[in-house]
Amino acid sequence: MSTGFIFALTGAILFAAGVAGMILIGHLLRRILAFNLMGSGAFLVLVGLAQRQDVVDPVPQAMVLTGIVVAVAATALALALVRKLHALTGQFELPDDVDD
Amino acid sequence: MTSHEFLPLALLASSLLPGLIIFGLPESWVRVRTFLNLFAAVGKIGLVAMLLAGVAAGEEYSVRYAVLPGLELVLKADALGMMFITLSAILWLFTTVYAIGYLEDAPHRSRFFGFFSLCVTATMGIALAANLFTFFIFYELLTLSTFPLVVHRGTDKAMKGGTIYLAYTLIGGTALLAGIVWLHHLLGHTEFAHGGIAAALGPEFAGQLKIIFLLLIAGVGVKAAIVPLHGWLPQAMVAPAPVSALLHAVAVVKAGAFGIVRIVYEVYGAEFSQSLDLLYPLALFAAVTILWGSFRALFQDDLKKRLAYSTVSQVSYIVLGVAMFGPIGTIGGLVHMVHQGIMKITLFFCAGNYAETLGIHKVSEMDGTGRRMPLTTLAFSIGALGMMGAPLTAGAVSKAWLSDGAAAAGMDWAIWVLWTSSLLNAAYFLPILWRAWFRPVPAAWPEEHIARSGGRETVLLLLLPPLFTAAATLAAGTFADSEATPLAWAKLITEREYVGQGAP
Amino acid sequence: MIEPLLDPLVWLILLPLAWAVLAFVLGPGRGAWPAIASLATQCWLAFDLAQKVGAGGVANHVVGGWSAPLGIDLAVDGLSASMLLLTQAVALLLAIYARSYFKSDDPAGTWFWPLMGFLISSLNALFVSADLFNLYVTLELVGLAAVGLVAAGGGAQQMAAALRYLFATLVGSGAYLLGVALIYGAYGTVSIATLLPLVTDDAPRLVWIAGGLMVTGLMLKTALFPFHFWLPPAHGGAPAPVSALLSALVVKASFYLVLRLWLGPLQTVLPAFAWLLAMLGAAAIFWGSWQAIRAVKLKRLIAYSTVAQLGYLFLIFPLLAAHGALEAGVMQIFAHGMAKAGMFAAAGVLIKATGQDTVAGLAGAVERLPVTMFAFGLAGITLMGLPPSSGFLAKWLIIEAALAQGHWIIAVVVLAGGLLAAVYVLRVLRQAFLLTPASATLTPVPRMLEWSAFALAAASVLLGLRGVELMQLLGAMA
Repeated sequence: MSTGFIFALTGAILFAAGVAGMILIGHLLRRILAFNLMGSGAFLVLVGLAQRQDVVDPVPQAMVLTGIVVAVAATALALALVRKLHALTGQFELPDDVDD
Repeated sequence: MTSHEFLPLALLASSLLPGLIIFGLPESWVRVRTFLNLFAAVGKIGLVAMLLAGVAAGEEYSVRYAVLPGLELVLKADALGMMFITLSAILWLFTTVYAIGYLEDAPHRSRFFGFFSLCVTATMGIALAANLFTFFIFYELLTLSTFPLVVHRGTDKAMKGGTIYLAYTLIGGTALLAGIVWLHHLLGHTEFAHGGIAAALGPEFAGQLKIIFLLLIAGVGVKAAIVPLHGWLPQAMVAPAPVSALLHAVAVVKAGAFGIVRIVYEVYGAEFSQSLDLLYPLALFAAVTILWGSFRALFQDDLKKRLAYSTVSQVSYIVLGVAMFGPIGTIGGLVHMVHQGIMKITLFFCAGNYAETLGIHKVSEMDGTGRRMPLTTLAFSIGALGMMGAPLTAGAVSKAWLSDGAAAAGMDWAIWVLWTSSLLNAAYFLPILWRAWFRPVPAAWPEEHIARSGGRETVLLLLLPPLFTAAATLAAGTFADSEATPLAWAKLITEREYVGQGAP
Repeated sequence: MIEPLLDPLVWLILLPLAWAVLAFVLGPGRGAWPAIASLATQCWLAFDLAQKVGAGGVANHVVGGWSAPLGIDLAVDGLSASMLLLTQAVALLLAIYARSYFKSDDPAGTWFWPLMGFLISSLNALFVSADLFNLYVTLELVGLAAVGLVAAGGGAQQMAAALRYLFATLVGSGAYLLGVALIYGAYGTVSIATLLPLVTDDAPRLVWIAGGLMVTGLMLKTALFPFHFWLPPAHGGAPAPVSALLSALVVKASFYLVLRLWLGPLQTVLPAFAWLLAMLGAAAIFWGSWQAIRAVKLKRLIAYSTVAQLGYLFLIFPLLAAHGALEAGVMQIFAHGMAKAGMFAAAGVLIKATGQDTVAGLAGAVERLPVTMFAFGLAGITLMGLPPSSGFLAKWLIIEAALAQGHWIIAVVVLAGGLLAAVYVLRVLRQAFLLTPASATLTPVPRMLEWSAFALAAASVLLGLRGVELMQLLGAMA
């Protein structure tokens, strides 16, 4: 098993864990953490699978950098929204959707 | 654009443009609105006259427009379409005059006349359509523009009637669309041609063609009020009288019947339909409708409902004529399209007069109306006699040709159906006439809105239209065999439809 | 090659960014006029681009002169050009609408203009991206901008709706990203043009998993049943211009991506999922329509209608093997985009005027707000697929494509969907035509509001009269 493959496998497991967390966990801050876990998992896969060449491949590294920036922005937005929701409702969980 | 392309478009524009302008007019601009309405109606008749002369001489007027690659909107003025157009245009003028009188001081007249004009535009489009795609577009437009007219009054009853109307017509439209797209897929086009286009497909398509026929006829059959698709028509009586007049004599039911004519003659072709054994079942449904409609009419006390069931019955005369294989039946069906229109509109105008003037809505309230409103009741009587097929009326001419056509097609049972229907017609019309003429005037009318002034029994605008159409009923009946009558035109159409068979 | 400075492609992305920043700098609630002026210019640019593409095939642009694999390639073909056209046209009319909608002190309108600018810029960038990763980035940007718009107004319900949407969209793009990662691992490139010949019938299992992940992620973002849970609260709770933007444009972006993948690099892999998508589409039509028929609030009704209408789009996947289905899909995108925008706009007017947002409260609206109700009616006609609208043309094209390939069940679903749409559209129209007691008061609304709603709805009907040019544009596919 090459190191790249181990990275990729770990990434896949982290991704799955992250998604599960986002879906199943109720507490919003933990969901955001799960999102970051998911993102890191995807980045690991990206970097891991591209390790096969002898020469260092700059493209996946560029992609991961971009991805990290996007993830940071998304996290910031999520945190801002959660903070506002907490200020309005005092809760860290999403209220039930009132479907008329 | 040549003049031959321009005329069909002008015909549509003559009611579309004024209609759009009328939508924007403030309620209080009565004169402008009336002027626009009448100008449009008269202008349309002028255009129709030009087209009639041209088509009679064999000229061709058509215009094409590509909506999608391979799918064209095609408008063409041919003999069959011109019959429907002429009927609609002339009756529209009368209905406009009538509606102006009927809706005096009623709310939302701009909205009403706007949709009214759209409705007539759609009818013109149906008549001018030269392929099923174009036909469908205007057919659904007719549904959409008549709905606001049916629910015009805004009451709960109006809403209910309108919803039922829409439910029936939209489901019918869905069936129609399914048939059209299927046929288009098989043939690559759906352009009407004398003698039909479906015969171009080989015998392996016979099964599919039968199902398509069923879908198409069911689709147009809703508007033509064939049993069991007729349920919407009595419910739609909740609309104001001009709307009922328009729906039942001119636009909606005629569009349905017209659709059946087009499908049988110009999509499938008479010979091909016969070879697929499609005509006989159609005739059966028509016969059932004729009898069922007349039967139900016997038990209606509400005057407009009685007339509605009468319409259900009478429109199927047209379908029966179409389903009779042979030119004589065709002529009978086609000429009845016009004759039924004139007679029924007379009856509905009169019903509206009774309601507006005296508050009469039921047959049981019609005692002595002959004395109070003699001219209206005279018109009503002529219309009713026409329905029964009394001599000298238009109805008699239709019935004669239909009976002859049945005999020629070897469908003698149809003659029995026609005679039974005439008897039933007498059974539900004669009592009304007897009440009106021979019963004493009641102490008080239900609600006298319009009092007798001078010699006039009601408002002139309400009185003149039914008198004109009643006169037309008599003229069409008495002078049937002369040159410029609906019968002569029906013969012309049949000559062109039955390629190589000639008309008697 | 077009001189880079004059390339309309570039300006379509830069201009909205510019007015977004300008709007932010100008302060809260400001920025309407730069937006409208720029959107008008963008419309013209998109039109110009469409003509170029229609005449000469695909247009390309290499950002900064650095081409793939490290740089970013942009490409426009018939499909992209059509999406760009739709986006600018709808956005322009909605901008005019929004200017009158957000009164100066309205908290919901505080940061509408910058967010709208970012949204439009991201959408434009998405439609012209030519590699899978750039598509991910732009997709994410669109999502974040949209979430921001949903959260406008600041109430607890909006925050909850925005968070729900955010999480759904993040999972969606996360799945998509993982798919991109797997594909890169398999082939060493993410450029669509390069991948096209590489992905064959015997692609490694990894690529199939990638395809599945990407489609699932995009399904989540397009709110395809059963992943539609986030859409009704988000679209139903946001201010009308935002709902319109979301329903008309944002959900179409992820669908566009599915199409792009289906027709492009993953064309040998994805068709295995065709019938699954079609069945989910059918379920969406029935479920969405049913919920719309039951909805109490007007904007919820319209949001569920979006869920249903998106189902139509997914019905075309089994049919894409032959000609005709793509045209049907794009026509449906246009029809729904314009009609739904018009419908939400009309709903916004009605809610402002009547002061409440239920369907029942619309009694008698047709008297007081005839233009708006007419707009609603026209939009409804398009959604029902009745002639003479673009919705009807879309319906015709789908049914014809279905019959041509023998899948008549799809035709039946489409026809049934039209009838169901009639039921919920009619619910609203019925209420509007009812007589009202004269005491019901209405707040006056600016005329521009009514007329911009009308323009959107009318556009959806007018397109139904002439679809030839759009079809020709689509013919210029890479």
